Amino acid sequence: MWVWFHKLGSPPYFYRLSGRLMPWLGWSCALLLIAGLIGGLILSPPDYQQGDSVRIIYIHVPSAWMSMFIYMVMAVAAAIGLIWRIKISDVMITASAPIGASFTFIALVTGSLWGKPMWGTWWVWDARLTSELILLFLYFGYMALHTAIEDPRIAAKAGAILVLVGAVNIPIIHYSVEWWSTLHQGATVAKFDKPSIHLSMLIPLLLMAGAFKLFYVVNVLKRARCELLVRERRSAWVRELVS
Amino acid sequence: MNGLNDFLNMGGYAFYVWGSYGITLLVLAVNLVVPMINERKLLNDLARRARADRHSGGNL
Amino acid sequence: MNRITVSEACRAVIKRDLLLAFRHRSEIANPMLFFIIVTSIFPLAMRPDPELLRTIAPGVIWVAALLAGILSQERLFRSDYEDGSLEQLVLSPHPLSLLVLSKIVAHWLVTGLPLIVLAPLIGILFQLPAQDMPVLIITLVLGTPLLSLVGAIGTALIVGLSRGGVLLSLLVLPLYVPVLIFATGAVAAASVGLPVAGQLYILGALLVLSLTLAPLATAAALRISLS
Repeated sequence: MWVWFHKLGSPPYFYRLSGRLMPWLGWSCALLLIAGLIGGLILSPPDYQQGDSVRIIYIHVPSAWMSMFIYMVMAVAAAIGLIWRIKISDVMITASAPIGASFTFIALVTGSLWGKPMWGTWWVWDARLTSELILLFLYFGYMALHTAIEDPRIAAKAGAILVLVGAVNIPIIHYSVEWWSTLHQGATVAKFDKPSIHLSMLIPLLLMAGAFKLFYVVNVLKRARCELLVRERRSAWVRELVS
Repeated sequence: MNGLNDFLNMGGYAFYVWGSYGITLLVLAVNLVVPMINERKLLNDLARRARADRHSGGNL
Repeated sequence: MNRITVSEACRAVIKRDLLLAFRHRSEIANPMLFFIIVTSIFPLAMRPDPELLRTIAPGVIWVAALLAGILSQERLFRSDYEDGSLEQLVLSPHPLSLLVLSKIVAHWLVTGLPLIVLAPLIGILFQLPAQDMPVLIITLVLGTPLLSLVGAIGTALIVGLSRGGVLLSLLVLPLYVPVLIFATGAVAAASVGLPVAGQLYILGALLVLSLTLAPLATAAALRISLS
């Protein structure tokens, strides 16, 4: 088991394995996405209070989940990279960051578009949206730091430390924003609380969550492969590959 | 036909629902396309260098 | 050669940093002046209505303290990096995290403490009633060391960059959000007579957490930046 894990750290092996997996993952993602869209847009019922606008939940909630999940993956990769000095972990973190930022952006935009018909404003300072906004800044901070440092080895390790510091802080930030938001809850009642989730809504939600997860895996592998080709362009296995 | 119209209208929330799904599809599409373009450019570039390498007979 | 103990080394670092700061007194003044100016222009940007000012006072004072803190972070490692003494510090046999903590202590004495002294004066400008001042000061006493500690991590990550100033804000401001929320929450609660013990305890807990973890992270970041 550990042997396989270490093999995964070898760039040519990672490249070959990911190349074989990607078609399967890609088609599974497409299937789940279509199933989720059909379930969310057509089969699931409109909400008694919010009408059809509740369908935004099938994007807003899974993308918020993904934004957190991807950051956690980055943090685990950072820890692995720093402890066992596996270079691929930096490739994974760099490849994951834009995808994580994209999902955070989607969560924010869909949250805003969900809020406007419900609460009349384009932005609400509720706990989830505010936490997502700060998470977006954390993603941007990592990407900015990584591009600003020229030496790739230093950039990798500094980025890893930043991700870990962010990961430790995320629960603290989340809790403090929750507390702050309960203080300032105006006259409007429950915010983006998930409506008491009925099976007919849970299924499309989980389908979309699965689709997003697979999308992330496919996308991160693609980006990681590109990054590996660039970093290892002088090595034998890459030369063999392109000729 | 009524069904299709109702579907597109989303109970009056068409802008918000289709806007959300639309932006999501756009962002995910960009995330798919940009790495694909980069990969193609990269592989072409590397292949070109490999050919130049062979012609110059060197070992860069 | 006589061995120097860890505590002697730490004391030496603090003394050196304080001495250097004293020699560059004008440099110290800049963040303080920034703090005063930024807080002072808020009433000019809005109506100087006493009720309004009282409401925004804790937020404005704390945000200004945050920004002044970020401005002053530069001096933590920059000059030592440029003249090579930072490298010597990293190479020394004493635990780097303790030496870093000493530098942060000296830094706070020079940048955080003046803010704590100035804050009541700014409070007066904002019509903050006298009974709210103690809570404001306590939040600053607990919070400004937090700013120095967490800011040090960011500063250490970018010490090798020539123009890292703005990047530091992006890195560090999200991490400051909890401090901001609980500190201003405490002052706001005090002004309407609500209990503040909870917020202050949390600030204290965050401070203790940072005191233990931030020097370690900063030391690791320094080693990486200087490698």
